[in-house]
Amino acid sequence: MEEGNSYMHIVVCVKQVPDTKIIKINPKTNTLDRRSAPAILNPYDAHAVQEAVKIREKTGGTISVLSMGPPQATAVIKKSVEIGADNGFLISDRAFAGADTLATSYALSKALEKINKEHPVDMIICGKHAIDGDTGQVGPGIARRMDIPPITNVIEVSEVNQKEKTVLIKRKLTNGYELIQSDLPCLLTIEKEINEIEYSPMPNMITAARYEPIIWAVSDFENVERSQLGLKGSPTIVGKMFTPPRPEGGKRLEGAADEQVKQLMEILMEKKDLLTIQPSK
Amino acid sequence: MSRGEFYMNLDDYRGVWVFIEQNDGKIEGVSLELLGAGRKLADKLHVPLAGFLLGLEIKPLANKIISYGADIVYLIDHPVLKNYRTESYMKGVMLLAEKYKPEIILYGATPNGKDLASAVATDLNTGLTADTTMLDVDIDNRLLEASRPAFGGNIMATILCKKHRPQMATVRPKVMKALEPVSGRTGKIIEEKIVLQEEDMRTKVLQIVNDVTKKANLADAHVIVCGGKGMGDVQNFQLLYEFAETIGATVGGTRDVVEAGWLPHHLQIGQTGETVTPKIYFAVALSGAIQHVVGMKNSDLIIAINKDPNAPIFDVATYGIVGDALEIIPKLIEQFKQLRSVKGGEISYA
Repeated sequence: MEEGNSYMHIVVCVKQVPDTKIIKINPKTNTLDRRSAPAILNPYDAHAVQEAVKIREKTGGTISVLSMGPPQATAVIKKSVEIGADNGFLISDRAFAGADTLATSYALSKALEKINKEHPVDMIICGKHAIDGDTGQVGPGIARRMDIPPITNVIEVSEVNQKEKTVLIKRKLTNGYELIQSDLPCLLTIEKEINEIEYSPMPNMITAARYEPIIWAVSDFENVERSQLGLKGSPTIVGKMFTPPRPEGGKRLEGAADEQVKQLMEILMEKKDLLTIQPSK
Repeated sequence: MSRGEFYMNLDDYRGVWVFIEQNDGKIEGVSLELLGAGRKLADKLHVPLAGFLLGLEIKPLANKIISYGADIVYLIDHPVLKNYRTESYMKGVMLLAEKYKPEIILYGATPNGKDLASAVATDLNTGLTADTTMLDVDIDNRLLEASRPAFGGNIMATILCKKHRPQMATVRPKVMKALEPVSGRTGKIIEEKIVLQEEDMRTKVLQIVNDVTKKANLADAHVIVCGGKGMGDVQNFQLLYEFAETIGATVGGTRDVVEAGWLPHHLQIGQTGETVTPKIYFAVALSGAIQHVVGMKNSDLIIAINKDPNAPIFDVATYGIVGDALEIIPKLIEQFKQLRSVKGGEISYA
């Protein structure tokens, strides 16, 4: 490598989620029929792995992936290897079950500490959020626990300076973006628009098919507070589930097209608080 | 904090707080909405409502915060806080929260609000509910009931945080209502000092670019015209742009439309796109798949136009027109154009 000893180690955190494109609703209970959906790599995390691959093309180095979940979650690590990750770790233990975002970031940070000890980590990349929980809270939580800066909503990794150990990032804002320079190591959570997932080269697919990730249980960690794991370590609980009130009408406008349009115009004009015509200045 | 045995005296925590997000001295709309929502919670709990803000030269904003319903404004003014950064802002919030111990803290679910709340929740070791759309309190046990659409389905989940304080939530913009500001309303302004050194910061904001090309941000749009695959092809889809322009709306699309390349990804509405809550939502030639509906169902008024009378979008629509969008939309354009020429002005949304 050109940069001598500035060897880049990127860890991507990934999650296995049910595919919400395919998932069906049980019409009786109004809940999700999870069996109807295949488990996939969270789409945002696929972009996170892809971004790590793009960075490695410039910097060299190693990409590790880390996931928490049941043993079958090894599938998303294999998928990540297919995209281009070098190795993967799964933390899997009943003690992790029922974790909310706080307990999840704690468990993942314990694994990251272990990875970091053997092979110092320069950058952690997470997807913006997982499509099953939609919170986006785990990434920043990990960053706080590792005491590195979190940079959320990243839309471009513009430059990685290995000598100075800094990175230049574009971060999406409500109305535009900001350009941030951060020290390494740091944690990024990325938006989908950051890249396109490329087709995996055949050798990656062969490697992935044979790849067996390293699996850790709680007993593999040092200094772990069991009270901070899983359900016990989760301050939030689901109190109740309910069906939200339906919108006011569901009223159909009858008649021929002209009649329907006429009725709609009357409705819109009645909503004076919503729609007003102001004289031009 | 003692590790292991967890104990927090919940009665030490009182008051409802709202994070006032300001950018360049301008308060974000969602912060004012949260003062409205927070006011109700505070009244139910018989505690003061506070707004807290961080930044540089922000003191002039305090009166505005009070006029929108706050009893107290906590502020920290420091050059290092000029632009939002997780590191410096969270230090400020930690200082305030540890000193004054509020029982509830609400943040807008904006990029910065979510970023800040996630970091603060970790350091305060407390619960955080994401993207809340309904808020209430149980006055018997003083619990915040933060409800949000649960994964995919047409169902809401209420999240509770029973043993940790403060109870925190991020709340989607455009869901809660701001109060009418009362000028001359009085409140207390408390300024705290913080020690921050720029040299200690590990991140620097080099530039902030306001995207002017994206005329209206979907999340902020008052009226949205959203099209689906039923428009037929990308040419027909242009009709929606004409309609949107006539009525001053923003165009969005379903996942199918984005995947077909008719629209860029940032205009996708739904579970994997934007969540929107405009005043008026036109759902045109789209079926109303669940992943789409979760992204728009909190809109005030939903008007669906679809050929298929059994399309699920009619279940969530306020008004439905069973008909061909290619026939209906041009008629609507014509009607609005006539209205404009008669009244001579622009259409706008209060």
